[in-house]
Amino acid sequence: MDLIKSIETEQLRSDIPEFRAGDTVRVHVKVVEGARERIQIFMGIVIKKRGGGLSETFTVRRVSYGVGVERCFLLHSPRLGKIEVVRKGRVRRAKLYYLRQRSGKAARIKERS
Amino acid sequence: MIKAILGKKIGMTQIFDESGKAVPVTVIEAGPCVVVQKKTEENDGYNAIQVGFGEITEKELNKPAKGHLAKSQAKPLRYLKELRLKDTNAYEVGQEIKADVFAMGEWVDVTAVSKGKGFAGGIKRHNMGRGPMGHGSKYHRRPGSAGAKGPARIFRGRKMPGHLGGVKVTVQKLLVVKVDPNRNLILIRGAVPGPKKSLITIKSSVKA
Repeated sequence: MDLIKSIETEQLRSDIPEFRAGDTVRVHVKVVEGARERIQIFMGIVIKKRGGGLSETFTVRRVSYGVGVERCFLLHSPRLGKIEVVRKGRVRRAKLYYLRQRSGKAARIKERS
Repeated sequence: MIKAILGKKIGMTQIFDESGKAVPVTVIEAGPCVVVQKKTEENDGYNAIQVGFGEITEKELNKPAKGHLAKSQAKPLRYLKELRLKDTNAYEVGQEIKADVFAMGEWVDVTAVSKGKGFAGGIKRHNMGRGPMGHGSKYHRRPGSAGAKGPARIFRGRKMPGHLGGVKVTVQKLLVVKVDPNRNLILIRGAVPGPKKSLITIKSSVKA
């Protein structure tokens, strides 16, 4: 009956692994270059997950060449290939904004068993 | 040919297009509409079709409405609306108009009664600026000067606070993102006037 819900559930992806903030993931991003499409991998720590259903997003942070880079992805976007969970981290909050102020050893996250 | 259909606003969501972009859409349950009456140049002085939309029980209709619908042998309909089209030859009385009259990628104009906002101030109603909120200012959201001292009167049409919303609004050139004929759905990019469950008229855009 709920038409909005049915439109949204049609587009939800079922191949997404479970992961939370603090986990390290490898995100396969489809990049279109002219007519060609290739896959680029973005690896880093998930610093937040927000929203629910179709509009759920997650942000991945990595430090490349000394510069912090954060990318926000729509979880159910068809532009994403697979998402691999490399490492599970133990953190005590849902939004890891404190990592932005830290670097090197201080920015480590303990592994979750 | 100008096409038109009536529908009910369901709400907004987002969908992914072919390139994988998330597109904000308004979901409209459009049709099926029934052509109830055809107005002709000879008979009525103009060309139009009257279409009906929405299910109700027969008990909810009064006698004149029942008689009017009996002419086209239509089921009880909640809304009746005249659509003035230049060319009505394509339509016959009793014909059904379904969501598939529109296709993906078409431009449409959408008409509906906007959400009523009640008595609104100048800032909300006319996008006026506001005064400073601090630094000793007591002039926060008032409309400012109403005009010069010279002609000691206020000019007609001066923007002032008053009733906002609840009027017929047409938004032109909106894109049809998706059509689902099985569920009578039309998905239009962006927002559409009016609250949920309200009557919406979709027409081929005059700007397309």
